[in-house]
Amino acid sequence: MGTRIGKEVSIGIAEAAMMADVDVVSAYPITPQTHVVEHLSELVADGHLDAEFVPVESEHTAMSTCCGSVAAGARTFTATSSQGLALMHEILFIASGMRLPIVMAVANRSLSAPISIWNDHGDVMAERDTGWLQVFVENGQDAYDHILWAFRVAEDHGVLLPIMVNFDGFIVSHVVESLEEWSPEEVRRFLPPYDPPYRLDVDNPWTFGPVGIPDIYLETRKAHDEALLGAKATMVKAWSELADVVGRQYYPVEQYKADDADIVFLSMGGISETCMTAVDELREAGKKVGLVRLRLWRPFPFDEVKAALGGRKVIIAIDRALSTGGPGGPVASEVKAALYGLETRPQVIEFIAGLGGRDVTVGDFKQMYEKGAAVAAGGPVPGYELLGVRA
Amino acid sequence: MAPLPGWKDLPPGCPIQEPLSARNNLTGSWRSARPIWDHDKCVRCGVCDLFCPEACIKPDHEGLYQANLDYCKGCGICAQECVTQCISMKQEEE
Amino acid sequence: MFEIRFHGRGGQGAVTSAEMLAHAAIEEGNYGQAFPSFGPERRGAPVMAFARVSDAPIRNRSAVYNPNGVLVLDPSLLKLVDVAHGLAEGGTIVVATHRSAEDIRAEFKLEGRLGVVDGLSIAMSTIRRPITNTCMLGAFLKATLVDEKPLVDLQALEHALKKRFGRIAAPNIAAFRKAFDETVVLEEN
Repeated sequence: MGTRIGKEVSIGIAEAAMMADVDVVSAYPITPQTHVVEHLSELVADGHLDAEFVPVESEHTAMSTCCGSVAAGARTFTATSSQGLALMHEILFIASGMRLPIVMAVANRSLSAPISIWNDHGDVMAERDTGWLQVFVENGQDAYDHILWAFRVAEDHGVLLPIMVNFDGFIVSHVVESLEEWSPEEVRRFLPPYDPPYRLDVDNPWTFGPVGIPDIYLETRKAHDEALLGAKATMVKAWSELADVVGRQYYPVEQYKADDADIVFLSMGGISETCMTAVDELREAGKKVGLVRLRLWRPFPFDEVKAALGGRKVIIAIDRALSTGGPGGPVASEVKAALYGLETRPQVIEFIAGLGGRDVTVGDFKQMYEKGAAVAAGGPVPGYELLGVRA
Repeated sequence: MAPLPGWKDLPPGCPIQEPLSARNNLTGSWRSARPIWDHDKCVRCGVCDLFCPEACIKPDHEGLYQANLDYCKGCGICAQECVTQCISMKQEEE
Repeated sequence: MFEIRFHGRGGQGAVTSAEMLAHAAIEEGNYGQAFPSFGPERRGAPVMAFARVSDAPIRNRSAVYNPNGVLVLDPSLLKLVDVAHGLAEGGTIVVATHRSAEDIRAEFKLEGRLGVVDGLSIAMSTIRRPITNTCMLGAFLKATLVDEKPLVDLQALEHALKKRFGRIAAPNIAAFRKAFDETVVLEEN
C-alpha cells in the first residue's frame, strides 16, 4: 500500500489511465470532465505516457475513434459529461453491440435546457439502456481504483464490454483530497495487457459490425443481455483481486452502519459520503438508521439489493435524476422492481435530490430521515419529492 | 440450409470470420433481365463498371466489357448510365 | 473537523490557497479536502473556496456553511459579501487590510476572533503582484494557533507552496512567513 497524497480527483483519474498504459485517448473537453483529458494530453505531450491522443471535433467522433482503436487492439480510454455523453448516444450502442471494451469516465452533470454545468445523474440515466457496464464511485480513491479495475473487467475475454465509471461532477471531480496511488508493480500484478480474441487486422481480415437481419438480431440482443448479466461474476472477482493487491475491498452493494437498521438510506455516488456523516449524527442521537449504497448500476445487482434491503421497515431512496412524467427516480423504480417479489416488502419513500447542482447537506439527510421515520411509525407513504423545491 | 445459430453460438460482437463471404451469395439468381453490349458502339469508357452496384462488370482479355452473370442481378443501371447507349437489357425468358 | 471558507475575487488565488491547506494537512498524515464554489470562472467576481481539515476521513461533499475559519483576500469584499455568515462559535476571520482590527470590527460588526494583516503591501514587497492568497494563509495559521500549535504544520504548508509554485515559490514562502509574523489578532469580544 502506498502513502496517501493530496490530489484533485480528475488528475487522479487521468493518472490512473496512464498507469493502465492506455494506447489511445480520444476525447473532447467539456466541463466538468475537462481536467481529466487536459491532464492526459499533457502527459502524452510531455512524454510521460506513450499513447496517441486524438483530438476531435465532437464527442460523436471521440466515441467513434475509440471504437476503431479498441477494435484494432489498442487499450482505449475516454471521458465526457452531460451534453457530450448525449452526443455520443448512438455510438454508445455500437460500442457495446460490437463488444468493444472501451473505458469511459463520466463526470456526471445535468442536461440542458436550461443550461447547467452542475452535478446530477441526468446525463448517465439517459444512457442507462445502452448496454454498457456502469459503476458509480464516491471519492477520489474509488475513482482511481475503478479506472484500473474497469480495464481489468472490460477486457476480460468472458466480458468484452465497454464500461462507464461515473464520478460526480465538481463534488467529486474538482475536489482535492487524499488518495493512495498504485505502484507500477501493483498495476502489473492486477492488470494484464489488452489481448483481444480478435481485432481489425489486414493479414487476417474479418468483417466487424455487419448487418443483423431479423433472423439474427434477436439472438445478438440475447447474447448482449447475457453478457451484461454474466459480467457481474467477473466484476466481483476483479474486486477481490484488487483487494489482494491494494487492500481495499469493494462490492456491488455496500452498507454503512446498516446491520440493525429498520430505516435505511439508499444512495449512489458522491453524496453517499455526506449521507454517512448524517447517519453518524443520527446514530449518536439514538436512531437505528443506516445506509445502503449502490456501486454497481449495470448489470443491476438484483440479488444483492434484495439481500441488503429485504426485511427493512422503510427505505429512503435518493435519486439524482428525475424521470419526468414517469415514476420519479430511476434508482427507486429499479429498487422497487427488485423488491416486488418479496413476501413482505419494505415501504419505499423517494427523494430526487441535488438536481442541477443544488447542494445536498447533512441537514437534508436528517430531514429525509424524519419523513422516513413518520412512515415507519405507520404514517402514509408519500409520492416522490423533489428535495428542497420552492413552492 | 444449415440451421441458424442460437445466441450461445454467436462470437462476441458478431464479427464475420470468413473474409469475402458475401461472394457465397450468388445474386445472379435475382436477375430477370441481362445486359447485352453492342461492342461496335462501345467506346470502352468504363462508366458501366463504375456504376455497377455489384461491381461485377469487368473488361475481358480483349478489353470488351462483360457482366459476371453469377452476380449481375439485372438492375439495368449500366444500361441507364452508358454514354453511347450501347447496353440493352434483354429479358431472361426471351 | 475544522471547516474553512475563502472569500476572494476570481483570479486572486482563493482556490489555490484552499488546496495548499488540504495538501499540507494530508502531507502531515491528517485528512484534507479543498474545492471551489462550483461554477464558471470569472475574473474579478466575488468567489468562494472551501477547505476541511480533520484527523479522521472527511465524509462530507456539501459546501461549508458554518466555517470555523474565514479568509478574506480582498478588503473591498467586506462591503459586498457577508463574510461572517454562519461563522461557527469560536470562529476566526482574517482580513487582508492595512486598517486596524478594531477599525474593521467596528465598521463591519464582525464577530469572533479577528486577524488583520496588510496583505497587499506584503504581496507587493515579496511576490511583486497584488495577489494576497499566500499571505493570508500565513495570517490564518497565525490567528488560529491553539496553544502555539498551528492547524497544519508550517513546514508542510511551505512544502505545498514549493510544489505548486516551483520557480516562484521563494517569494510566496517569504510572503507566507512575513504575514504569519505580522498578523495582529484581536480576541473575540
